[in-house]
Amino acid sequence: MLLPAAYLTITVADAFGEAVDSVANSRTAALAARSVALAAAVTAAATAIAVTLAWLTARTDLPARRAWTVAAALPLVVPSYIGAYAFLSAFGAAGLLRDILQGPLGVERLPDITGFFGAWLVLTLFTYPLVLLPVRAVLRGLDPQLEEAALGLGRSEWQTFRTVVLPQLLPAIGAGAVLVALYVLHDFGAVSIMRFDSFTREIYNVYRASFDRTYAASLGAILVALMVVVLWLEGRARRGLVLHRSGPGAAREPRLVRLGRWRPAAIAFCALIATFALVVPTAVLVYWSLQSFAGSPQWGEIVAAAGSSLLVSGLAALAAALCAVPVALLAVRHPGRFANVVERAGHTGYALPGIVVALALVFFATRVAPGVYQTLGLLVFAFLVLFLPLASGSLRSSLAQISPNVEEAARSLGRSPVRVLATVTVPLIAGGTLAGGALVFLTAIKELPATLILAPTGFETLATEIWSATSVGFFERGAIPSLVLLAVSAPSLWLLLDRR
Amino acid sequence: MRVASVRRSGPVTIPGMETADTTRAAAAAAAEPIDCAAVGKRFGEVVAVDSLHLRADPGKITALLGPSGCGKTTTLRLIAGFERPDAGTIALGDRVLSGPGRFVPPERRRIGLVFQDYALFPNRDVAGNVAYALPRGGDRSRVGELLELVGLEAAADRHPHELSGGQQQRVALARALAAEPAAILLDEPFSNLDATLRDRMRREVRRILAEAGATSIFVTHDQEEALSIADAVAVMRDGRVVQTGAPEEVYERPASRWVAEFLGEAEVLPGTAGGGAVECPLGTLALDPGFEGPAEVILRPEAIAVSAGPTPRDAEARRATVVDRDFYGHDQLLHLALDSGLRVRSRQPGFPAWHSGDHLRVWVDGPVTVLPPAQ
Repeated sequence: MLLPAAYLTITVADAFGEAVDSVANSRTAALAARSVALAAAVTAAATAIAVTLAWLTARTDLPARRAWTVAAALPLVVPSYIGAYAFLSAFGAAGLLRDILQGPLGVERLPDITGFFGAWLVLTLFTYPLVLLPVRAVLRGLDPQLEEAALGLGRSEWQTFRTVVLPQLLPAIGAGAVLVALYVLHDFGAVSIMRFDSFTREIYNVYRASFDRTYAASLGAILVALMVVVLWLEGRARRGLVLHRSGPGAAREPRLVRLGRWRPAAIAFCALIATFALVVPTAVLVYWSLQSFAGSPQWGEIVAAAGSSLLVSGLAALAAALCAVPVALLAVRHPGRFANVVERAGHTGYALPGIVVALALVFFATRVAPGVYQTLGLLVFAFLVLFLPLASGSLRSSLAQISPNVEEAARSLGRSPVRVLATVTVPLIAGGTLAGGALVFLTAIKELPATLILAPTGFETLATEIWSATSVGFFERGAIPSLVLLAVSAPSLWLLLDRR
Repeated sequence: MRVASVRRSGPVTIPGMETADTTRAAAAAAAEPIDCAAVGKRFGEVVAVDSLHLRADPGKITALLGPSGCGKTTTLRLIAGFERPDAGTIALGDRVLSGPGRFVPPERRRIGLVFQDYALFPNRDVAGNVAYALPRGGDRSRVGELLELVGLEAAADRHPHELSGGQQQRVALARALAAEPAAILLDEPFSNLDATLRDRMRREVRRILAEAGATSIFVTHDQEEALSIADAVAVMRDGRVVQTGAPEEVYERPASRWVAEFLGEAEVLPGTAGGGAVECPLGTLALDPGFEGPAEVILRPEAIAVSAGPTPRDAEARRATVVDRDFYGHDQLLHLALDSGLRVRSRQPGFPAWHSGDHLRVWVDGPVTVLPPAQ
């Protein structure tokens, strides 16, 4: 797990003076400021949207809650680069909306949405499910007695939410928010298409243009430092939170809050988010696909790309689920310095943006292990490094819900720790493992920069197909692979949703 | 080895249980005593258990009674093997479980643990929970026998979340017994149950444990619970066992004023010991405390007798007036003011009723404890 980080360090340390010179300028500072501002803005907006939607769909009498639940989670399957491409081609200065308005109203140009605003909008709309899913799961699992206790003590619904529910949600919100912040910092597709100069875009340009190893690695190192700060803050905030239930709690369905006169506003909010996060991108993709059908789509390429995507993401999901179990067990059941180091090591991989991991592995493979360069194994390993925390985070939550007493009971019944693990713990966390694997699958299938750099020559996935089409402006050519990618990855979302 | 050391516990019968042949199901492994000697355990700066001595006799129920935070649960976890002691020795029979250079892991101790929250496996049904505990190659028919013992044979295929608290507890008990432990530990076993269920479960758990013949220790902060179920009570305070004995013994002859007041209502009167007797505001009591000088005389309200008219013991009786009365149905607690102004309480049967202002004669009729005054 530490290989890419170690290699990055070696590369920078190798030519330290040169590295410092290459990045010690105002351009780097501006780059950093822009990236941090974007990450902060997206995290704040995504968290606000996600907590509201989670509460509305899980704990109120919102009409058609099941449908809204699915609709609210679906944007997770839309990769940021597809979202960005859809928004740009719809609302861009010369997009579809202008074409519609041009006729009757004579509008020649719309305000430019590229840059900060466009990147913020797209990233917010397609990352908020990362907060929504864990928060919703916790909301469904909370002991309703605690809220009833608060209401019984004369607190209003809002006070109860703020003083009883929210504190219990904080770990889930924190974990989700960290995922969003890291996603934004390492996002490559949306910022590139929205032409927002962030670290990742700069690194890719430097790598493509000059193969300047030291400068690219130095930028990568700064970006990694930013992400480590995010993780450190989250780790600090998590400390002191105790998550075990003290009693068995009530085995009852959660309480539903009556919306009353707020119902129209709640529906409008859900509809607004669904329109921008689902309807607009889908409509745009369908429009371009129809345009494309009018021509002659290359079906063979598309089918082969879909197969490649399934293969590589499936392998990554399997590997991540298998590796996550020991990491999560260690972190939850044996907290301490060692567990902390192991968990941070796993997270460090995720703190490395895909593009940095890919570069580090390319440099490592070409220099040290030429045998693995340009193999599928290297790409799967890159995914494992990148996405292991997704699997272990999901597991961690489901582990924390199990009282350690249950495991101790099994031991006092004469089972060794290993047998307890096999017969009690693993069956109880099977759901969490499956959810974690699904999350890795979903994320890996959409991954762009590492796939671009590490995929064996001629190994085209849906993501690289879409990228090569949009980067040269052929919106038509990218539309069908985009729809296929969405269709392929959408069903695995069912695994992530509570089947209640 | 199964030993059928069955001991019927008095006239208690549970509906539907009388005819059950529970003897074989209940038979646990040979009961062995648990011995804790000078056991100590610290968590950082906090001393949870401090040179604790405790013996639980084989086949008997021992209550570990103390206020919350006194180290009861830590003691239980030390015996079960979920915590390592910093000092001292814990032994089951002549087998040392924890001691200098020795630590037997929980799964090899043959000590069953029933948790306060029962800790049933949520993914297994009732029969599955019990079957899990059978020793490898164990006889599956024992599951049915144990469920019969705890009166849950009809609930075998239900899951823990479908059971009431009392049912969950009985499953936890059946599961612990299925492992044929040499001893069973119960952590606040009745605290999650409502009052009526608690009374029934106390008797039922007592019956099951007695039939199983296992050495058992249960932790509680409820003195009534400890006194009513246990064969022996160990009173704990600040990490130490301060008194051990039969329930009657610790109740009637507390080793200290603290134990007396923790176990129930106690009147503590000033007195003077000397010449084989103790003098106190309720008269001169003919008993030898074994020391001379100032003393504390401790007696229970039920050891203070009252009468409205003349009594055979008029010579020693004092006059008092009823100032207040708490009526409980089965008994009443009278708050009395002696002519000297001293207040004492007297527990009397619910009938006849006394009222504020009644004039009574008061004398001592029951066990008395005399201690040197606390420093």
